[in-house]
Amino acid sequence: MNSYNITIKPYGSQAILIEWPNKVTEGILEDILQFEFHLRQNHLDLKEWEMVPAYNSLTLIHRDGEINFSKFKRELKQWYSLKRELQTLPRYQWKLPVCYDSEFAIDLPRVAELLNRSTEDVIKLHTSNVYTVYAIGFLPGFMYLGGLPESLETDRRAEPRLNVSKGSVGLAGKQTGIYPQDSPGGWNIIGSCPIPIFNVDNENPCFVNVGDRIAFYQITKGQYELHKIQAEVGIYNIDKIKINA
Amino acid sequence: MLKVIAGGFFSTIQDVGRFNFRNKGVPVAGAMDSYSATIANSLLENLDTDAVMEITMTGPVLEFDEPTFIAITGAELSAELNGHKIKDYEVHKIEKGDILSFGKLINGFRSYLAVKNGFLTEVVLGSRSFYKPITKLNCIKEYMELEYEPIDDFLPKIAEVKAAPFHKEYTLKVQHGPEYSMLNDGQLQSLFSKEFKIAKENNRMAYQLKETIEGHSTTMLTSATLPGTVQLTPAGKLIILMRDGQTTGGYPRILQLSQKAISILSQKKYGDQVSFVM
Repeated sequence: MNSYNITIKPYGSQAILIEWPNKVTEGILEDILQFEFHLRQNHLDLKEWEMVPAYNSLTLIHRDGEINFSKFKRELKQWYSLKRELQTLPRYQWKLPVCYDSEFAIDLPRVAELLNRSTEDVIKLHTSNVYTVYAIGFLPGFMYLGGLPESLETDRRAEPRLNVSKGSVGLAGKQTGIYPQDSPGGWNIIGSCPIPIFNVDNENPCFVNVGDRIAFYQITKGQYELHKIQAEVGIYNIDKIKINA
Repeated sequence: MLKVIAGGFFSTIQDVGRFNFRNKGVPVAGAMDSYSATIANSLLENLDTDAVMEITMTGPVLEFDEPTFIAITGAELSAELNGHKIKDYEVHKIEKGDILSFGKLINGFRSYLAVKNGFLTEVVLGSRSFYKPITKLNCIKEYMELEYEPIDDFLPKIAEVKAAPFHKEYTLKVQHGPEYSMLNDGQLQSLFSKEFKIAKENNRMAYQLKETIEGHSTTMLTSATLPGTVQLTPAGKLIILMRDGQTTGGYPRILQLSQKAISILSQKKYGDQVSFVM
């Protein structure tokens, strides 16, 4: 641990950005989350600070005060370099159901053709991988997932759709993900997940955290309808495994 | 209670914003011109965190069912009470049945209407700020009813403040964004010497600028963005994220607006000019 060369940059008067090497690796993400946890436990009051981890960066945002950049940079460098005990951060692998029926999977036949595979093959590849959540942003509850096999990489649609339905599961470039709400979008849609990732009625509106993992499994249309109703009335239990138990 | 007879172009309820959910992708939201919103609240001796109505370009028509006190700040929108002109930046007493309406936009773009002790709309994730789909609505609609606490007696310490709006200011004070150092001399020269016009694409999420500067081919991993972040697209377009802006982005963040500059920009509309100063 603490083996990375971090860079600290000012970001306006109320925020500061800590950057790790410009790479997408689980090691870097783990180090970021360890440091975030350390800051939260020992140095920064969460009533005053918000922290946004993403890929190779951690942004610290002060709620209303101005930051003394040079002083704070020195402190951060020092806190980072001091020996810290590795914590077991509570992280989960979530198993999310996806219905790949043609009703939802509007781009699946085209994607299969592009990839020169059968639709069953595409579904099998998509469900046999585990994806890491590198960031949550863009829309409330939108997960940036890493770990898509090269064999599933596709170009995004030439013409974005004006409306992609909430729950749609898409592929684009090196990414796969779920639209957390109806929105315009250019990803290739290969299925739909009946479980909302973001729900304002819950005290914690988004059960997923950066650093968690996502696995998809195939369900039938009938199971989709059932899970959707179960989720709406709040009796659907999402399958989860503690990653670092 | 207050009845919305007409919603206006785009009127929302806003407070200081929604905090602690940015790591889940939830924008901060809150009043775009926070300076004007704060003045409206302070005239009524409200808390800074009380919710106000943000009125954009064309005002609503509102009927008050219970007595209260109001103050209007920000853009000059020819406010009228029961058909008679009333002054902005002043406390007005409201009786049951009073009708507040607005007329011509004289300057600025966003007005703030505060009622004594704030609007009491639904609190979602710690804030009353409208932002769909966190809140059910994205703006107030005809026939809607908005709650507030009825108040008969209030003797304001200051009945009026001299309006200090900055509608005529067009210089946006900025600081370095995280990717500032990627800018070359030509880009820096354009950024700080040109005047930029507000493009049609401007709303609570972001303001795009019409004029472009030299583009780039820098790619970066998605990272946090803030209200007031100036992004530079590969084609050289400048996009300034505002209060409802996304919490992460993949375009270089070259500049960061000061809090006051965010308020100044919030009073600009399509075609208005701005310039940057460090």
